[in-house]
Amino acid sequence: MSSFLYFVPQISICIYGSFDRIIRHVLGPKFAVSFGVAKRPININLLTIRFPVTAIASILHRISGVILFLLIPAFLWIFAISLKSPEGFFVVRRYLTCPLSKLVLLAVLLTLFYHLLAGIRHLFMDAGIGEGLTQARFSAQCIGIVAILVTVLMGIYLW
Amino acid sequence: MYRDSGYFSDCVNGNLFVVKELSNAFSLTGSGLRDWLVQRITSLIMLVYIIFLLSFFVGHARIDYVCWQALFTTSIVRLLSSLFLFSVIWHAWVGVWTVVTDYIKPFFLRLIIQTVVVVALLLYLMWGLAILWGH
Repeated sequence: MSSFLYFVPQISICIYGSFDRIIRHVLGPKFAVSFGVAKRPININLLTIRFPVTAIASILHRISGVILFLLIPAFLWIFAISLKSPEGFFVVRRYLTCPLSKLVLLAVLLTLFYHLLAGIRHLFMDAGIGEGLTQARFSAQCIGIVAILVTVLMGIYLW
Repeated sequence: MYRDSGYFSDCVNGNLFVVKELSNAFSLTGSGLRDWLVQRITSLIMLVYIIFLLSFFVGHARIDYVCWQALFTTSIVRLLSSLFLFSVIWHAWVGVWTVVTDYIKPFFLRLIIQTVVVVALLLYLMWGLAILWGH
């Protein structure tokens, strides 16, 4: 039964297509039949297109990933200095505890938490949890809010 | 669709059709299926390590050099940190490869960027291992 239903739209497309072709053949190329098939509106203006929240989550996941990749040498450099000697550790701690670098650190943490949460969301979807459109939209909004909340908590902890 | 040694058998309609496996030497990666799995496994390793490290930071009110150095001199932490580093590098490679392949269309530009990225990642791996095991 299900395989029959699969062919129904294809058959109707076939019938419609041949009917259209016959009319064109009889009346000339100017005439085309369009019963029930309305012209769909086409919008390619990038300024008026609003991306769905799931698309925004996807692109932010990618952007945060690339930023984290670019930060690998910075992480390694700071890590190397902090382990090398007590003086190095002191310098790292002094630089990391000034207000400006705390803000930078929080931005990095926000990037990390967002990427992490988006990854966990991905894993849940791989397991078949939350694949529906409503749930996916909800979780896409959730990960942004939770990432900001966790970063704010880290900010409170740092200050 | 079930993948079975070069064949893709379409179980829904009962058809069996052969899809030629495309292997491109310039893609600088293996199969997409393996990339997919690698991305998940490494992400879980990193998740556990990050939770461990964050709990260390939150658990210690004031971290000094002695405490910090002692942590990373412990064999198990060195080992787990090496595993974490390895996961970061592999995860980053699969992720950056995917993004670069999606957005950079000119072939030679893409090849150059991907080569630079993979060389940089290998250097990071060796640098990180030197930091972890050298001090």
